[in-house]
Amino acid sequence: MTRHGTPVVQARTTDARTVPRTEGAPHDARAARPGGDAVTRYLARRLGLAVLVLWAAYTVSFVVLYALPGDPVSIMYGGDSTDVTPEQLDALRAEYGLDQPLPVQYLTQLLDAVRGDLGTSVVSKQPVTTLLAQAIPPTAAIAGAALLLAVVGGGTLAVVATATRHRALAGFLLSLPPLGVAIPSFWFGLTLVQWFSFQLPIFPALGNQGFASIVLPAVTLALPTSAIIAQLLSRSLLHTLREPYVDTALAKGAGRVRVHLRHALRNAALPALTATGLVVGGLLSGAVVTETVFSRAGLGRLTATSVAAQDIPVVQGVVLVAATVYVLTNLLVDVVYPLLDPRIVTGGRAAGVTAEPDDAGRPAADEHATRPPSTAPAEHAHAVPAGGAR
Amino acid sequence: MTATTPVSRAADVPAAERLLTVRDLAVSYRTRRGDVHAVRDVSLHVDAGETVAVVGESGSGKSTTAAAVVRLLAPAARITSGTIDLLGHDLATASPRVLRTVRGALVGLVPQDPTVSLNPVTRVGDQVAEALVVHGLADRRGAARQAVEALRRTGLPEPELRARQYPHELSGGMRQRVLIAIALVAQPRLLVADEPTSALDVTVQRRILDHLDELTAATGTGVLLITHDLGVAADRADRIVVMSRGRVVETGTPDEVLGSPREAYTRALLAAAPSLRGARRATPVPSSPAPGARATTTGTPPRTPGPPALEVRGLVKDFPLPRTSGAGTGVLRAVADVSFAVPRGRTLALVGESGSGKSTTARLALRLTEPTAGTVQVDGTDVTRARGTQLRALRRRLQVVQQNPYASLDPRWTVERIVTEPLRAFRVGDRRERAARAAELLDLVALPASALQRRPAELSGGQRQRVAIARALSVRPDIVVLDEPVSALDVSVQAQILDLLADLQRDLAVSYLFISHDLAVVRQVAHDVVVLRHGRVVEQGDVEKVFARPSHPYTTELLEAIPGTSVRAELRGGER
Repeated sequence: MTRHGTPVVQARTTDARTVPRTEGAPHDARAARPGGDAVTRYLARRLGLAVLVLWAAYTVSFVVLYALPGDPVSIMYGGDSTDVTPEQLDALRAEYGLDQPLPVQYLTQLLDAVRGDLGTSVVSKQPVTTLLAQAIPPTAAIAGAALLLAVVGGGTLAVVATATRHRALAGFLLSLPPLGVAIPSFWFGLTLVQWFSFQLPIFPALGNQGFASIVLPAVTLALPTSAIIAQLLSRSLLHTLREPYVDTALAKGAGRVRVHLRHALRNAALPALTATGLVVGGLLSGAVVTETVFSRAGLGRLTATSVAAQDIPVVQGVVLVAATVYVLTNLLVDVVYPLLDPRIVTGGRAAGVTAEPDDAGRPAADEHATRPPSTAPAEHAHAVPAGGAR
Repeated sequence: MTATTPVSRAADVPAAERLLTVRDLAVSYRTRRGDVHAVRDVSLHVDAGETVAVVGESGSGKSTTAAAVVRLLAPAARITSGTIDLLGHDLATASPRVLRTVRGALVGLVPQDPTVSLNPVTRVGDQVAEALVVHGLADRRGAARQAVEALRRTGLPEPELRARQYPHELSGGMRQRVLIAIALVAQPRLLVADEPTSALDVTVQRRILDHLDELTAATGTGVLLITHDLGVAADRADRIVVMSRGRVVETGTPDEVLGSPREAYTRALLAAAPSLRGARRATPVPSSPAPGARATTTGTPPRTPGPPALEVRGLVKDFPLPRTSGAGTGVLRAVADVSFAVPRGRTLALVGESGSGKSTTARLALRLTEPTAGTVQVDGTDVTRARGTQLRALRRRLQVVQQNPYASLDPRWTVERIVTEPLRAFRVGDRRERAARAAELLDLVALPASALQRRPAELSGGQRQRVAIARALSVRPDIVVLDEPVSALDVSVQAQILDLLADLQRDLAVSYLFISHDLAVVRQVAHDVVVLRHGRVVEQGDVEKVFARPSHPYTTELLEAIPGTSVRAELRGGER
């Protein structure tokens, strides 16, 4: 699920010629933009969808964690604990509401979750919300820094690799992203610690103290992410640089740098932007390994320890946080996208294509007043398989 | 070498300033199988105020020549020898810095396909202004004002408004006007126009070319016009350069080249150009006696008794429009009350420009789209509501050949698998019979049997279209819908495919519903014609009668827009 929201955003096909200009109602360029009302409706629908996704994530994790074979209470004490009597287990079950039928448990917990109560950690007996509130800021710090590094680093690599006229350099740079994806981040993290903490003691090897402690984890976390960005963006740039409008720009006398940054990058960044959700998801899962390597407290460590201890309420809380981040990221992308790409209209209000004025009818220009516009949006019979197999 | 003579002769004319001199140009492409010489020994020149047309088929090197002049060759291509002199700059060896000062300021380019040649995320006005800004010819505000003026000069209405719009909000013709504005805004001395109108409707094409003529004539700008259409070249050019396989085969004035072509290739090109020939290819069904006077060039089979192969009555198709604020009907009527009949063994052409509803009508007739109202009858049986088994049986009688043979064939399949797919779908015959039928079909469309195991990528465009035709014919349909079957092909290949279609119709007595925007092609293949505009039939009837005496002004306009009018009369006079 990378862009669950895509169907809502309606892309205008560029070749569908529609809606000749009607007299007396000039086509204001701004009229093509969705009005405030449409934007509100669009956002409301997107938020509704976001809630749906969160609910689905919660439900699936509930089903996976509770409905799979295995007794949660026994698991809490370690599957083969012998020093607990069945009576004690029953009492525990009653305490956690586990003696109730599964649907009742589900509904109770869901209602609690909606009210903001995610339950209590089995291990530390602290409320899950408290644990999450402690874990999120340090992870947000390294994830944010990593995202910045990844966008700048990956973006620069992609631009330089596609702009250079030096063939060997381009080849070398373009071979880096696959390497970046392939390097295991625990190994990379340990190597960084070896170099920059032990051999050259610049950064602390572990802990959460101060800005310096962010650097190495952020670099570790940024490596696979920047590799993905570099790969997506360079491929997209190479494709865009072959577009005829790049030739048009060159034919105007524009320099290579201008063409690369103003024309190609602007267009090439759009497909890469859609992968932001994927990238942020990658940062969250990368945090598990990175925080373990650097012994940092944070969401990743919390995930690792609670999964190891089979602390089900905490795991579910983490799943919800991850889903929320994911949903919000995608929502943000979908809201920003139409601002960057004028061809996208939100909420189904299509901008009219202005037809060649005179092909809208010279001999009988008045036809338009009485008749609906003259074009077929479905003039793509070539999409039909020939051969009559249907 | 053929090109040198006219060069020296033209040099005798004193007045005009020499803008561009291309001498012994050679361009080659690096490929895995070694270098391919796309252009060899090409020499040509353009004087101020002169239009020189370079004509040839795809692969003739004409577009490569144009790209070389502005040094916008594909990355794999390089100039191996020769000089390109533009007002004293040798562009063949110019540095990027020199190229930057020359492009836009001294030479403007109008590219081939307006729908993809504008940056989709930048406002039109900014794109025009950029040509001034990069040369430091105006500050930002001045550039914006001049951009609006440039747009106005290209004939765009309300240029202030257009300047604020994005490319996707404009039609193809308007986008081409924007590109012309970009090319001319910095007032270059030379304009290179690479097939500037081949992606546009004929009537739009004519207006754009007229306008280009006016603009360049007023300023004395030289034009290097690249075109595959000899008709366009004949109408627009002062001199024509004919290219074939990377070489110049003939140069001269339109009268010289078209009036008395010296080279066999030029003659072949001339004979193939649909806009320049009037002869009919459509042939009578074998049994019918040739109708008297027109026996030599044309033949109209008499209408066979019995119901027509395909008949549609009162077809209407509405598409729901996206929700609009403001008043609106909420539907788009793509097809409005269209009725026609395709008699057995004859060809009915549906003509019209983009958006006229012709393809939608074809889809309705094929029962690929449900009509809002109206009926479709095949052989007298109403099939409008057919579904299930009946619809599948109908599919066997109605087949389709698509416009683009590059996209309509599965690139991973062999030709044999492609042409026998309908047979497999309808469970006709066993494996051996199907293989035999495949060989038979290739023979029918004049492809060698060795093509059976090839894949589409190994075939040329014309060969691919033959495969598509073979596939359509595999289940022996009664009616074949041909949706712009030749518009993606070169003129000489077009002629071969049209001949093939006529032969097949004669031999198999199959009916064609022929969709085309090209009246020149329609005149050659069709018996009857239906002219569509805005989803309505404006005129229909016998093709000769309609074309000779059009009763609707729109038909007249379409006919007048066919390029090559300047020489056509002469040529046809010569034929008789």
